[in-house]
Amino acid sequence: MESLNEIKRDTLGALLEQGKRPDGRGMHDYRKINLQPGILQNPEGSAIASIGKSQVMAGIKFDVAKPFPDRPTEGVLSTSADLLPLASHLFETGPPSDESIELARVVDRGIRSANIIDLNSFYIEEEKVLALYIDLFILDHDGNLIDTAALAAMSALLSARMPKVENGKIIRGEFTGKLPVKEKVVTCTFGKLGSKSFLDPSLDEEKGMDCRLTLATTPKHLCAAQKGGWGTVTEKDLMELLDISLDKGNELRSLLRD
Amino acid sequence: MGGNSAEKPALLVNGKRVDGRGVEDLRSVKIVARVLNDAEGSAYIEWGKNKILAGIYGPRECIPRHDQSLYRAVVKCRYNMAPFSGAEEHGRSGPNRRSKELSKVIKEAFENVIISENFPKTEISIFVEVLQSDGGTRCAAVTAAAVALADAGIPMKDLISAVAVCKIDGQIAVDPGKEEDNFGESDMPIAFSPRTGEILLFQMDGNLTRSEVARGLELAKNAVSKIRAVQVEAIKKVYDEPKEDRFLLIG
Repeated sequence: MESLNEIKRDTLGALLEQGKRPDGRGMHDYRKINLQPGILQNPEGSAIASIGKSQVMAGIKFDVAKPFPDRPTEGVLSTSADLLPLASHLFETGPPSDESIELARVVDRGIRSANIIDLNSFYIEEEKVLALYIDLFILDHDGNLIDTAALAAMSALLSARMPKVENGKIIRGEFTGKLPVKEKVVTCTFGKLGSKSFLDPSLDEEKGMDCRLTLATTPKHLCAAQKGGWGTVTEKDLMELLDISLDKGNELRSLLRD
Repeated sequence: MGGNSAEKPALLVNGKRVDGRGVEDLRSVKIVARVLNDAEGSAYIEWGKNKILAGIYGPRECIPRHDQSLYRAVVKCRYNMAPFSGAEEHGRSGPNRRSKELSKVIKEAFENVIISENFPKTEISIFVEVLQSDGGTRCAAVTAAAVALADAGIPMKDLISAVAVCKIDGQIAVDPGKEEDNFGESDMPIAFSPRTGEILLFQMDGNLTRSEVARGLELAKNAVSKIRAVQVEAIKKVYDEPKEDRFLLIG
């Protein structure tokens, strides 16, 4: 497999030199994006997002939980990702892989640092707060799972309803309104090979590239970032890609329904 | 049957069940085949409020190699429930005792019909993900997995279908929903090979007399013929209306 990736790297590099990509896209174009919010009835929020042939389902579920000792009045936010074995011949059954943990943590950091959910409003009573679980189910893998998962998570949060809480318990199936979400966080992931960078790498491109850079933004701020892979980015790259992310971020935000 | 401590509601009033069905009526069953891109075969089923996705890989090299058979393909199955699939609390991800048992009985049902002698030293993997559950997920999973296997082009002796029967307020009824599963007197999931009438998956808990078992089998057989028609339709549609893009479209 390694030699195949070397070939992919050579072909991709040659194409990028000519300003082209394997599927004919521009350097800063996303593949086709599709969102389906609110598709499940059991969880409080849900969505499927797809970018090209990558598909991710997000489920939002509330429970009553014990707060963390150092934050006794704050709700709990927890994000997990499952790289389902049906999504790709590359995924295996078993405990969470490094890749799935990184994926969940990057999506989590964007949502958490932008403070788009007021965790203080999740306080119920002493030793009792609401916990919000975001579960990311990777259904189909054709590259750029981070952006696909972040879109699914955001779309599911925007579709989510607040459960009714009585006597310290959730009354399932009854709601008090929408989950208040202050802003929309989106991520833009770039691939890099040599000095060339390109938005939304497909699986084919991921196999040939040196590294990736993910930038999570709100309309005005960078709120999370992650570099992955052995390659490097320069300061200049970083500033340029941040400009593109803030710009492209607005495009992604316009796809997300309030 | 779920040992729910809440008070048992009336499950049968004037021959009507909690959702208005008669005892011989199935919930609505919809199947779409070929919804995933990387899997060699796939199917999505909506059975009542159950929403389940099945994906197939194989025949491919069997790993680890000590699992290999020199004579046939090894059939593997993973039945998994999403932590957000239930109407109650958030579940734990990963396998548990229930999901391991269901994976085993589903695998064994398919071991009978897959013509595995054609593919020695390989494995055929059946992956089932329950995205939303509403009672009867194992039967819906078998039904979806059969379509996904057909979509993957795996040779099989028959397209198998499954359904459960239950006893509610003393009456035998087909396809219990979640409430009937929780509060009913019995639950009996069955998978058939419709061509031969043979039983491939059989489980039961609760209390049934001999004649109730016979009545249950009869109801299940009738129901399975209706489900098979939906399965066949889903496979035909892949070829009658081929699609450029594969998407899991829900609802």
